Amino acid sequence: MRAAAMPIAPGDAEAGTTQYLSFVCAGEEYGVEILCVQEIKGWEGVTRVPYTPAYLLGVMNLRGVIVPVIDLRLRFGLPPRAMDGSTVVIVVRVRAGAAEKTAGVVVDAVSEVYSVAPANIRQAPDLGGSPDGACVRGLTTVDEKMVMLLDIDRLVASCIDAPERAGTA
Amino acid sequence: MTLDLAQFHETFFAESFEALDSMEAALLKLSAGEADLELVNTIFRVAHSIKGGSATFGFSDIAAFTHTLETLLDELRSGKRRADAALVDTLLRSCDLMRDMLGATQSKEPIDKARVGALHAEIELVLETPADSAPIDTVAGTAAMPAAPAPQDSAARPVQPADEAPTGWRIHFVPGPKLLRNGNDPLRLLRELATLGPCDVRVDAKWVPPLPELDPEECRLSWRIELEGAIEEAAIKAVFDWVEGECDLNLEAFGPAAEATATAVTAAAVTAAAAATSVAPTSAQAVTAQAIAAEPAAPEATLTQATAMNPPPQVSANEGLARHAAPATNTAPAPTAAPEESAAKAAAPATSTAPAAHGAASGDGGSIRVSIEKIDELLNSVGELVITQSVLSQLAAPLEGREAEDLRNALGQLERHMRGLQESVMRVRMLPISVVFNRFPRLVRDLGQRLGKRIELRLTGDSTELDKTVLEKIGDPLVHLVRNAIDHGIETPEVRLAAGKPAHGVIELNAYHKGGNVVVEVSDDGGGLRREKILAKARERGLVSGDEELSEERVFNLIFAPGFSTADVVSDVSGRGVGMDVVKRNINELGGHVQIHSSPGKGSMVRIRLPLTLAILDGQLARVGEEVYVVPIVSIVETIQVRQEQVGSIAARAQVFRLRDDYLPIIRLYELFGIEPQYTELLDGLLMIVEADGKRVGLFVDELMSQQQVVIKSLETNFRPVMGFAGATMLGDGRVALILDIPGVISRFHNREPRRDAAQQVAA
Repeated sequence: MRAAAMPIAPGDAEAGTTQYLSFVCAGEEYGVEILCVQEIKGWEGVTRVPYTPAYLLGVMNLRGVIVPVIDLRLRFGLPPRAMDGSTVVIVVRVRAGAAEKTAGVVVDAVSEVYSVAPANIRQAPDLGGSPDGACVRGLTTVDEKMVMLLDIDRLVASCIDAPERAGTA
Repeated sequence: MTLDLAQFHETFFAESFEALDSMEAALLKLSAGEADLELVNTIFRVAHSIKGGSATFGFSDIAAFTHTLETLLDELRSGKRRADAALVDTLLRSCDLMRDMLGATQSKEPIDKARVGALHAEIELVLETPADSAPIDTVAGTAAMPAAPAPQDSAARPVQPADEAPTGWRIHFVPGPKLLRNGNDPLRLLRELATLGPCDVRVDAKWVPPLPELDPEECRLSWRIELEGAIEEAAIKAVFDWVEGECDLNLEAFGPAAEATATAVTAAAVTAAAAATSVAPTSAQAVTAQAIAAEPAAPEATLTQATAMNPPPQVSANEGLARHAAPATNTAPAPTAAPEESAAKAAAPATSTAPAAHGAASGDGGSIRVSIEKIDELLNSVGELVITQSVLSQLAAPLEGREAEDLRNALGQLERHMRGLQESVMRVRMLPISVVFNRFPRLVRDLGQRLGKRIELRLTGDSTELDKTVLEKIGDPLVHLVRNAIDHGIETPEVRLAAGKPAHGVIELNAYHKGGNVVVEVSDDGGGLRREKILAKARERGLVSGDEELSEERVFNLIFAPGFSTADVVSDVSGRGVGMDVVKRNINELGGHVQIHSSPGKGSMVRIRLPLTLAILDGQLARVGEEVYVVPIVSIVETIQVRQEQVGSIAARAQVFRLRDDYLPIIRLYELFGIEPQYTELLDGLLMIVEADGKRVGLFVDELMSQQQVVIKSLETNFRPVMGFAGATMLGDGRVALILDIPGVISRFHNREPRRDAAQQVAA
């Protein structure tokens, strides 16, 4: 992680700023609302569930609760990366209809916490009907770098509700 | 003090529903000819407490209805009325109505006033018709008062018939310590007394403890009240109606007939006390009920003393009493002194038994209400502890040295305690099956009546305990089976007599534990299933090919086929199938099994085997490649090492396995689940023969691992249900293993190639 002390996005003073936890995945930086993040865990392996898409790595045991784990690289169609001890799982709590669900999201590394004002969030350009586009809430720029802010509720829901496939790989 | 009563509503509803259940049970026993005063008292208590509660909470419709009902029950209780079939029927319907009214109030829906009005009017009509004056057997037969065959209407009001009401009453009112806590205010009672006439109230504070020991919520005061005026005893008792059973109340009249009444009341109390000690009632209320019931004993004492003192007007007023008074007077020839003395002597045990009764009441059965979520949380935590403990044991296993040995011993102890803890927590969720059985007497009675069949219901093993979640789901299937047995199993009395059977049929519900399962049997001694007709019907519908010969079991299982059970099926057999597929499905969903035994002309029996709990499952761990799956042991028939000659191929891909006389399809789990196995050759691995919905298949796995009880976790909580899997569980090392759902696996297998698109659509 970078040593910079709490990088502050421009316009922090404005009311309504939201804090985002950012992480890196295949060289790109993403952000999720920090209030959704329950904890950050090291990779401990999962149990695969047949008939689910490849990006759904399987389920893990989170203190007695079965929690699905999503590989963000595979979900976004990025080249896969081998799991090792440094692989990080961000455990998020999301709204799914009336209920709340817990899910793990595998990313390369966690990086920073940013405060982002609504005024600094740009709408993601229309990428031509890509279904993944819907999971990006917007774009913001921090230190000249683009950070994609994810709609984590929608992302997790899209994984859980994905159609079945015949057997896992 | 303002108090938000709404917070007590739920408790009131829950308790009222339970109370109504017990009222219904008592009514049914009464209608079955069981004559017991305690039953009548139970019924009365229920109506009384519902009346009280609903009046307190302002549910005036319920209060008004129960008030009238109570009047009727009071006549029943005092023996003025006999509990004949018509009356029991009315009371049962009142029971239903109260339940519906409470339900409507609970869900804040309007009460069906027309229905209430109709039944209300009916009860009032019953009240207006002159009561059967003969005492009901229930009263005479009660051991508590062998000396009281006297007509009770005169007994209930020992003073009134004489038209010589007392000029005043001395009341000694000793509230129980819990009176305040139960929401009663003695001050209110005193104020109400004052409305009856001029009152002289003196408080007795000698039992009030010193300040440091004082509990402000306990009532330690008692009162002596002198109430002037010609007031009916009942009017005074009515004031204390609310605290009945929570206080000691002593009424003493003074005036012309005063002394007589005083002893009468005391004597009643004595009899009550005697009854209290002899029958050991479980609550103070029971004692009170006994006391009221015991009042018939009073007239004798009244007369004894009345004759001794002055020529009593009562005797002329009650000729019936005089007859009974005669022996009493004979035994007490001494004027004045003797009866008083005996009354005093008798009064002593009365006071000494009272505290015991109060103690019993405050014990309250020793139970609390806990929400099921709290218990589940507890169960979860315990499950986690079990896993942590087994991780610890695994860590300790390779250690060496003396300290390691001590550590392992301690861990062994921990394991034993953990197992105990887990069992205790599981037991918290267990309830007796009587919770479900209790609805059947009513159902059998009503349906039998409607169909003109005479049916005796026998319940055995109703204290067998099983998990609450299982209990909740077993109710409907059982109702279905019992209805079927009544409707189609038991024949009409004429048919039965013609077949040389007793006119009334027997339906038996039996529950027992057997090897980690609960078995529930529903049997009848009716006509039984007609094998040939079922088979013919199945052939007609194409469920069975024309010349196929089936075992008895397979034939009976046909009635579980969906759609088999429609109205077009020949009626005397068929109706048995109505909804049988639903029954079977419900029970399979619970991880249970259904079996049917039947012999023509003698009856049939449906045997249901259920797991004790849904939270824990006996599982066989099986490995396929690197994955470990849990197979429910209840589904496993056997596990076999395959020999070459047992395997045959039907087409290029479809392999079958010959097990004795059956050919079973082979499901290669690695293929079905798309995983990398250790073995692909059938001869290398193992074949688990599993059964679901009467179908047997072989599951090909790499190897079997241990058998263990696993805690079932839902996949749905954070994910979604996946067909073929019943859930997941945590293994000893903290890893997650999926639990196979055999019916799901089989239907996956059948749907795999040709209908993949359909499967995907369903899943999506």
